[in-house]
Amino acid sequence: MKINIPTPLRAFTDKQATVEVNGATVQAGLDALVAAHPELKNHLFTPDGKLRSFVNVYLNDDDVRYLPAAEASAVSADDELTIIPSIAGGTGRPGVGASRVLCCR
Amino acid sequence: MKLHITQADYDALRAHGEETYPHECCGVLLGHAKDDGNHVSAIVRAGNTRTDSAHNRYNISPMELIKIQREGRKQGLDIVGFYHSHPDHPAMWSSTDFAEAHWFGCCYVITSVDKGKANLTNAFHLSGTTEDDKAFQQEEILITKAVGENA
Repeated sequence: MKINIPTPLRAFTDKQATVEVNGATVQAGLDALVAAHPELKNHLFTPDGKLRSFVNVYLNDDDVRYLPAAEASAVSADDELTIIPSIAGGTGRPGVGASRVLCCR
Repeated sequence: MKLHITQADYDALRAHGEETYPHECCGVLLGHAKDDGNHVSAIVRAGNTRTDSAHNRYNISPMELIKIQREGRKQGLDIVGFYHSHPDHPAMWSSTDFAEAHWFGCCYVITSVDKGKANLTNAFHLSGTTEDDKAFQQEEILITKAVGENA
């Protein structure tokens, strides 16, 4: 299967935007990816082996977290995995005039 | 390191913030990462999924991001950054922006929109490689007339 790598993680895949791996499930594909590019492990998984909360993995157009079998979902050679970190933010201000304590570390 | 962006794209992302005021706007910067910084070739507007708190939060759905990334790649472009607005709030990154920033090497552009009018626009490069060593560094925005120009 093909795994699409987002820009910030290409530093750990020899600048490759896509990586071809073999695997029968999403988890097997991710394991193969990490085996080929070990530096990715820390960026994708927590120390106890779970996907980091801000790392989204899509099997074609489906969020793997919401698939019935999640990471155990079966994949075929034609499937595509996409790793996409979340993008979010905002002022976070609770209300006008109360913003300064929230701005900058 | 500088953010290279055309006047048209710069104006468009600021206008987006005025259109969505008093809510936050958000979008994606497509282009190329080069030695002298990220070069923007196109901006793509995105929907803010935080309809529950759009005045002080933004979130781009991963699926929309994937579609933007796919379209970008067809044109040979990568995601090199993002933009959003701060309605009635300084154009500085917030603790929320920092906590939610995970695209290392990318540029986060923030426009303050005061009473509906775009005011300051700042760019922050997310340096580092992990959640532990990441940092926002303000970088100069170099406005160009056309994509690929140096000034």
